[in-house]
Amino acid sequence: MTTLAPTSTSELRDAIGGAVAAGAKLEIRAGGSKADIGAERAVTLLDLRGFCGVVDYDPAELVLTVKPGTPLTQIEALVTGENQSLAFEPWDHGPLFSRPPGVATIGGVIAAGVAGPDRLARGSARDHLLGFTAVSGRAEVFVAGGRVIKNVTGYDLPKLMAASWGRLAAMTELTLRVCPRPQATATMALEGLGASEAVAAMTRAMGSSAEVSAAAHLPAALRAGPALTLFRLPGFERSVVARCAKMAEWLRPHGALHRVPQTEADTLWGAVRQVAPLGPEGSIWRIHVPPSRAPTVVQVLEPLGAQWLFDWAGGLIWVRLQAHAEQIRATAAAAGGHATLVRAPRELRNAVPALHPRSRVVSALEARIRRAFDPAGVFETGRFLD
Amino acid sequence: MSLKMPPPDQAVLARRSEIIAALERLVAADAVISESAALRPYESDALTAYRQPPMVVVLPETVQQVSAVLAWCDGQGVKVVPRGSGTSLSGGALPLADAVLLGMARFNRILDISYADRVAVVQPGVTNLAITQAVEEAGFYYAPDPSSQIACSIGGNVAENSGGVHCLKYGLTTHNVLGIELVLMDGEIMRLGGRQLDPAGLDLLGVVVGSEGLLGVVTEVTVRILPRPEGARAALIGFPSVESAGQCVADVIAAGIIPAGMEMMDKKAIHAAEAFVHVGYPLEVEALLIVEVDGAAAECDELIERIADIARSNRAITLRLSSNEQERLGFWAGRKAAFPAVGRIAPDYYCMDGTIPRRRLAQVLHRMEELAVRYGLGIANVFHAGDGNLHPLILYDANQPGQLERAEAFGRDILRLCVEVGGVLTGEHGVGVEKRDLMPEMFNATDLAHQQRLKCAFDPDLLLNPGKVFPTLHRCAELGRMHVHHGESRYPDLPRF
Repeated sequence: MTTLAPTSTSELRDAIGGAVAAGAKLEIRAGGSKADIGAERAVTLLDLRGFCGVVDYDPAELVLTVKPGTPLTQIEALVTGENQSLAFEPWDHGPLFSRPPGVATIGGVIAAGVAGPDRLARGSARDHLLGFTAVSGRAEVFVAGGRVIKNVTGYDLPKLMAASWGRLAAMTELTLRVCPRPQATATMALEGLGASEAVAAMTRAMGSSAEVSAAAHLPAALRAGPALTLFRLPGFERSVVARCAKMAEWLRPHGALHRVPQTEADTLWGAVRQVAPLGPEGSIWRIHVPPSRAPTVVQVLEPLGAQWLFDWAGGLIWVRLQAHAEQIRATAAAAGGHATLVRAPRELRNAVPALHPRSRVVSALEARIRRAFDPAGVFETGRFLD
Repeated sequence: MSLKMPPPDQAVLARRSEIIAALERLVAADAVISESAALRPYESDALTAYRQPPMVVVLPETVQQVSAVLAWCDGQGVKVVPRGSGTSLSGGALPLADAVLLGMARFNRILDISYADRVAVVQPGVTNLAITQAVEEAGFYYAPDPSSQIACSIGGNVAENSGGVHCLKYGLTTHNVLGIELVLMDGEIMRLGGRQLDPAGLDLLGVVVGSEGLLGVVTEVTVRILPRPEGARAALIGFPSVESAGQCVADVIAAGIIPAGMEMMDKKAIHAAEAFVHVGYPLEVEALLIVEVDGAAAECDELIERIADIARSNRAITLRLSSNEQERLGFWAGRKAAFPAVGRIAPDYYCMDGTIPRRRLAQVLHRMEELAVRYGLGIANVFHAGDGNLHPLILYDANQPGQLERAEAFGRDILRLCVEVGGVLTGEHGVGVEKRDLMPEMFNATDLAHQQRLKCAFDPDLLLNPGKVFPTLHRCAELGRMHVHHGESRYPDLPRF
């Protein structure tokens, strides 16, 4: 597999222009933590790790500009040092694929739209990407968005670029919104609930003024103990204490709420975020549904042998299930959602598209948009089987 | 007025009666307006300096009618301008002489409310405030609150990606919309997003929000609703200088506090507001800050005290903390009435909408004062201080020859200044026709071509809302060409496929 490793924008333009002229296919990659998502493909790698480093960081403006190949760990250390955070909780997919941790880059998590448990209340990658500079499939440099928090000038191309999987352009700079790190965070838990009861409890919590930022449920099958329904309440210390007390009242009909010690809570949320309870083996699906429909989905999939956990108050279901791809997709669609195939053996990935098929009209529109940025299809590697 | 719109297509104008007759076959009999007197109310939106009666107004009631009207116009090469409630401040709904104005006012029903999924599904003509009113009994609300919220429609909010005073904490429209039904210019109906978070493929919803009616017509909107915060408290703080007020804002953010709202007014705006609503604003100060926090009572009490400490350390001369709802609303009354209040001190005012990095605030205000002297016009400033979104109000008299043109030129200089210091042309009002010709200040031809090609993917014949956003509309075929240099490639050994 050939690898191109440009280190400047002009080299990047040459690489893309050269690939277009040669009729080659380029896969944009940095750490490669998500390389095992999608079908196998014979491509030239366009390695963006040469675009590394912080361009500008002004904590008071809540804005950070970085190059895409910068390791996520480096950015997290930087913003933590200023008592700030990336509120969408991006995470490293490496361990999910038994790869070493620490290789995920900021460009990669944005390009794949990666977000953790706090996405429920605080938005996803797309909500925190304010602007970018990129080289499109036309080998042209362009900018979109801005470097301020509030901006509606021109089309919101940053939304389109987030989660576009490197199919439109190669970013050279990204401007992100950063947020103050909460002074305190409490995690409260209920024990022993089934899927429906857990969603009912999470619905009640999210409908309260407790300002829950994350809500997840780990069924008993995944634990050496009873099922655990988790609620995260971030904020100023006094506020957190007051809200936790009220939460206990509100959720009394659902069980006795207890506070989880901080270290244990951090481990649990880390596990939820990285899907660790579903283990290192087997196919993993990521199902997005309206939260109220989550119990129905697992009722259908459990008899087929599915292991699962809920994040986003039920809006995100992580499922481990070997076969039954069609049934998983049909079940997600029937619930008003969609399913992404994240981890699977080669044969399955080569047969089943990673992303849930869209309607005819949406698919055609997406294709026209991809051709608008990439007329020659230089970024069409076959990874997504469309 | 200095604005040039695309010249009307005489061939289309010549077919006006035929077009009206065709539209009358597609929608209800009373849904086509063509009498010239009846067209008058549609001749402008809230950017009233620009007026143009449309060729005809059509008011469909169903998505099938919208689809039929668009498909027919697409087939006939007839332009269409979509319109919600007509409250745009950037001329996004300004009609064209040779275009059909597609009014969405009859899409006025709330279709579904789900507290389990925390969403409301509404038609685009429903007003922003009506969504909150429909869910407030259950303790919920819809967060984005543009100042026109009693009148503006949610469809218009989607088109403009509207903000409001609470968007620093709760986000713009784009952060609060989960799904839409959209009709393309060719009549194709599609659903983007839904009640779940995250799309299956490209985030088309994300790019349609804020596209100013150029990509498609929204016929249904699914918004997120949030539980109402337990309470709110506000601080009303007067400063001896704009610099100290600006530093106070920066220090609040640095303390890890994201207020629900943080608004600043300059001296002229303070005096105008106080003269209008008499709420006890301090008149001896140079800048006034309203900072509001919301949430649990314990949180509000703690944060408002911290904010007071920060204000004192920034030499605040006056400081009041709300102790009840009446007092809190009183603090806001002057700010909320600031625009009409300024309307009393000058015959006309022109509201601008740039965003700047907050650290450049004092410098930008001084430069604006210099410009005011040069143009011989007054200026009052209110702004969303937390996110650096300025609303300078240029004072002028349209009845004095040349003043409108001077006000427009002054406004353009202010927006150029915003871009020069690292900011943007518009924070929440949109580009529309108003800032269209300034787009090259922020984007070069290649940047704009990449944006226009997106337009081409949705509307290849450029029939939907033309003359807005882009200073020059290139034909899509022309934009599609690609020039790549051969021979110079640094990578001659690339494998071929």
